[in-house]
Amino acid sequence: MIIECKHVWEHISDYLDQTLPPEVLEQVEKHLAHCEICSAILDSTRNILILTADDRVFELPLGFSQRLHARIEEEIRGMAP
Amino acid sequence: MATELRDEPRMIASILAGNAQLFHELIRPYERRVYAMALSFLRNEADAEDVTQEAFLKAFRNLPSFRGDAKFGTWLISIALNEARSRIRRRDAVKMESLDGPEDEEGHVSPAQLTDWKEIPSEALERKEIRHLLHKAVTALPLIYREVFQLRDIEQMSVNEAAAALGITISSVKVRLHRARMMLQKHLAPQLQQMAPKRRRWA
Repeated sequence: MIIECKHVWEHISDYLDQTLPPEVLEQVEKHLAHCEICSAILDSTRNILILTADDRVFELPLGFSQRLHARIEEEIRGMAP
Repeated sequence: MATELRDEPRMIASILAGNAQLFHELIRPYERRVYAMALSFLRNEADAEDVTQEAFLKAFRNLPSFRGDAKFGTWLISIALNEARSRIRRRDAVKMESLDGPEDEEGHVSPAQLTDWKEIPSEALERKEIRHLLHKAVTALPLIYREVFQLRDIEQMSVNEAAAALGITISSVKVRLHRARMMLQKHLAPQLQQMAPKRRRWA
């Protein structure tokens, strides 16, 4: 069975998570082999997921750690018998 | 993160036995993750820092009830998630998140159609404008998509863990995650390609 681009788009997430059923996977792969638009969508999505998961995207504010540990220290001291 | 190399159950047992100072060490590898999640939820650095502190304090106080059937990191993230969500409810009870548009599960997201993708290596994150672009795109997602994306693709929780943490079904996690990813692709792919230098090499 030949599937259209917009059907392939519906499967991109499951394709990346490797959770597509084998028969759908086969159709998607067949489509990807000759469709450069869908291949570019897949590659760009995969690339974007790697970039957004990088620690550097959400930077800690200056002094964050010191303030956090100071508060924890206060809590620990408050509990001390 | 090298948390596998640490014996966390043993650290926790030691803290509970009275070595409370060890809690500082226990949480060090998780500071950034908890903060990133809070920031992505709350979109405001001061609120995110506050929620992060509250979450760690709560984890410390509730440590005796940590059963060890989940990983410490997962348990911690759940505490932070609840903290962030209740903060959003309190804060936005006054002002609804109207910028997001409708937060329903209807409608499909069409990806940005390119004919070719030039891979962007992680070194590109050395550039502040790229980090900023990605950060802005994630925080601009409507909350129901943002929370799923954060837990699955940033915290690397499984679909089941994310569903349990958010109190939604597995199929909702999958649908929302797919939309979140497509929204990010639609928004980011054209911009990232434009920012890519014409030459083939990055660094």
